Amino acid sequence: MNKLSRRIIGAIPVLLGISFLIFLLMHIAPGDPVSLLLGDDATPADIERTRHEWGLDRPLIVQYWDFLTRAVTGDFGKSLKFNEPVTKLVSERLPATLELAFAALCVAIMIAVPLGVYSAIRHNSLLDHAGMSVALIGVSLPNFWLGIMLIYFLGGQLNWLPVAGRIEYGIEVRSITGLYLLDSVLTGNYAAFWSALQHLLMPAFTLGSALAAIVTRISRSSVLEVMRQDYVTTARAKGLSESTVIWRHILRNALITIVTILGLQLGALLSGSVITETVFSFPGIGDLLIQSISARDYKLTQVLILMFAVTYFVVNLLVDLLYSWIDPRIRF
Amino acid sequence: MFSLRYLKIWVGGAILLLLCVCGLAAPLLAPRDPQAQTLEDRLRPPRWTENGSSAYLLGTDNLGRDMLSRIIYGSRISLMVGAATVIFAGFVGCALGAVAGYFGRTADEVVSKVSEIFLAFPFLLIAIAIMAFLGQGVGNLIMALMLSRWVQYCRVVRGEVLSIRERDFVTAAKALGAKDWYVLLRHVVPNTFASVTVIATFGMAIVIITEASLSFLGLGVPVHIPTWGSMLSEGRSYINRAPWLTIFPGLAIFITVFGINLLGDGLRDILDPKLRRQR
Repeated sequence: MNKLSRRIIGAIPVLLGISFLIFLLMHIAPGDPVSLLLGDDATPADIERTRHEWGLDRPLIVQYWDFLTRAVTGDFGKSLKFNEPVTKLVSERLPATLELAFAALCVAIMIAVPLGVYSAIRHNSLLDHAGMSVALIGVSLPNFWLGIMLIYFLGGQLNWLPVAGRIEYGIEVRSITGLYLLDSVLTGNYAAFWSALQHLLMPAFTLGSALAAIVTRISRSSVLEVMRQDYVTTARAKGLSESTVIWRHILRNALITIVTILGLQLGALLSGSVITETVFSFPGIGDLLIQSISARDYKLTQVLILMFAVTYFVVNLLVDLLYSWIDPRIRF
Repeated sequence: MFSLRYLKIWVGGAILLLLCVCGLAAPLLAPRDPQAQTLEDRLRPPRWTENGSSAYLLGTDNLGRDMLSRIIYGSRISLMVGAATVIFAGFVGCALGAVAGYFGRTADEVVSKVSEIFLAFPFLLIAIAIMAFLGQGVGNLIMALMLSRWVQYCRVVRGEVLSIRERDFVTAAKALGAKDWYVLLRHVVPNTFASVTVIATFGMAIVIITEASLSFLGLGVPVHIPTWGSMLSEGRSYINRAPWLTIFPGLAIFITVFGINLLGDGLRDILDPKLRRQR
């Protein structure tokens, strides 16, 4: 059995453990969702009947087994708040979160990798200290505050960018992938592309900035570590130009650590999207999660949290696969 | 001791000390009751601006409550939640990590499997999930943050103990007839303190931001207790009319977290020999 299959099989007990913990939490939570949904006018008989209809009167382990068997077929039931299938709600909102997370990742890479690499190459220079100070500030900035400040200055005071939503009201995008930027390019709808891009800039910067700060520091220390290796000294000793040494020998090896951190931080990006989407009223999964929590729609909350966990696992697996491309010595 | 090398520690430590003083002496330092509402003075801007009142240095909120007093009282929650989480999560994580690393076998397998479950989940989401189901409250908040943070300590301590238990002084202690628990507590665990101090410092910064984030989302402490996160959340609706409602609580979080991160950076520079070589 190769390493990839082992990773997938090894993840099954972990995911089962997570799903059981979430299931357990949902049942020890104070407040009965049925009473909440039916309101104060409901009689005990109504509550009992609804509990029976939804199967909530069965033993916990039976309910969990039922949830699992349905989940593997993609049936997560109906949301209590929206009265729609959970799968439909998630599939409508997921592209928005993916688009935001991808844009934030691009922002982070564009800022962090050049800054981190340059800081390491010009180690202990003024620029190195400035870069690291900026990174420290970035790590310390609460991203919801940064988002609100961007809304105030760029949206409210300067009126440069829209402050909420995913696209301007009235502009329609024909859905192909659900990713507005991609769909608008594919359909040649450039007005929609421009509007979606404008709506994405502030949330992506807000979400990407914290990641950028972490990646800058990691990139710098990773490049510094590689620069001290014997093969770099050998490369220089045999007369290679400095740019070849940097691009071919240092960066390629430093990338392993950078990609690992990017992969690990993608989970943080996904959970960070909960806050960013709330600040910018961006209609993604994170925004949906907060709405479901406020409405005590435990079923939807449970599925959304489980979905975040599965996405996190899949992303980490993809990062592992990316290693073998970056470093051919690693094979699955 | 006052050299540039220790500058980060001094500045960061001073900021953390200021937070502790604000939190502990809040009733003495705050000019007013943080809950007292003066509706005729609502949305009063900071003292130095046009229409500012000398009675309110940082202005008032939408219910006429003094912003400075609320920010001073808000530091109590940040400090309390931050310290309690670091202590509890540190204790649980270090204990499990030390036992897993030192005794290995079943203990290690069980701890590693449980850690994997927690690591398979971004910690902010663990905290959101727990708070979503258990509801608001300081106790629930500390428990949620502890459950989401212990694994960091566990992982680091386990790794350290795995390497320390092979060292000569541990073999020597065992050869002299010392019992396993004595060796672990007397010789192994104290050698992990340097790493634990560094992760506890950075951990406190993360916990303070997470607490503020949860309060901002309405999942932290009950709304009647002033916290920086909930102040930001309330002030958001008045962002264009009264920007100071969001600027000052945000600055308080930023300065506190910046100070603690600075302290963590300084401690790491001194305590981590690998980093010392890089400098």
